[in-house]
Amino acid sequence: MEIPYAVHPRPDTGIYNAKVGIWLFLASEVMLFGALFSAYVLIRVGTPPGEWPHGWQNVTLGTANTLVLALSAITTLMAWAACKVRQFGKFKLFHGCTLLLALSFLCIKGFEYYDHLTHYEIHLTAASASGGSIADGHMVENDPGKDYVIIEGRYVNSEQQLIDLRSQKDVPETELKIPRSQIKDMQSYGPWHNDYLALYFTMTALHALHILGGSIVIGYLWGPGRKLWKTDPEHFTNRVEVSGLFWHFVDLVWIFLFPVLYLT
Amino acid sequence: MSEFKTVEPHNAPFAGKSELHEHPVDFNSYLRRCVYVFVAVICAVSLMLVASYLPGERFNWTAKVAMILVIACTNAFVVAGFLMHLISEKKMIYTLLAFTAFFFAGLMGLTVWAMQDFPAGTTH
Repeated sequence: MEIPYAVHPRPDTGIYNAKVGIWLFLASEVMLFGALFSAYVLIRVGTPPGEWPHGWQNVTLGTANTLVLALSAITTLMAWAACKVRQFGKFKLFHGCTLLLALSFLCIKGFEYYDHLTHYEIHLTAASASGGSIADGHMVENDPGKDYVIIEGRYVNSEQQLIDLRSQKDVPETELKIPRSQIKDMQSYGPWHNDYLALYFTMTALHALHILGGSIVIGYLWGPGRKLWKTDPEHFTNRVEVSGLFWHFVDLVWIFLFPVLYLT
Repeated sequence: MSEFKTVEPHNAPFAGKSELHEHPVDFNSYLRRCVYVFVAVICAVSLMLVASYLPGERFNWTAKVAMILVIACTNAFVVAGFLMHLISEKKMIYTLLAFTAFFFAGLMGLTVWAMQDFPAGTTH
């Protein structure tokens, strides 16, 4: 039995079923991300003044990712438009671009994660020769067999100095060799570090999972799924439209994630 | 995403007046429109960056956040309106989104309300 209104719109709604389905799904997604954004608001507003981190993200990479995602939203729309005017060659070109841009986004995000996970805050048992009791920087060498670690960073006197890194971009960093005997505790800038990073990793990882899921669907339509084009191009076009709506939603979420996590 | 349809369904109580065209749209003009949207997004991102780097002595944190969020909302409106074609969708989609907006507003509103409603004597 054929599923009704998979291609042509229902007379009473004017929309085919998959489109209603994707909008219902997107509505649930709004609530999912809404819950995380409300958690962010709750924690951010509840933090005492001067204790919320600033400048902990690489704004250049965040901006690049914003533009990559915006461009991919354009290419996915053009892919659908190409289907509508029955130009399958252009569809393949634009959808291929979307796929490449999606992978670029994930690569940049992966680099950002790597940067955070190799960035360490090391509390010392006693102040260093330069006076600082905290060493902050990127790990260069952390061999358990050796009695020291090496980081590329600097010494600071208190955690307060690490809260606003945007104003300290020009502070020079050097290679610091720290004996393990002088280390009280050492922690990377992962999600366990503080509330801000917990929110950052949770929200961006969930978003990245959506990018990954969308990429798989786009890849399927670009690859094995394109067989449908030969037998039922309108049905195929509808699938491209539905995947495109999901992709635009993912872009919309990033439009808010970027300023909230990188700029404020 | 409905501008290239050529057939308007009949007897459609939910199917509001839309941007559906009886005639196919020229692909190149559509591409041009997408380029305009992309340029608008670039402008919005640039404005957000400028707003975030405004001097803290003259613009306090609340003002900067408000500015950035207004720009982000405008950017989102452009993307949702033109790329998702929400400016010309069917009434059923608008109805569905109205319910979503209601529950989303409730979610955020209750969160803000809860911040002002801590029982006396507790800490957080």
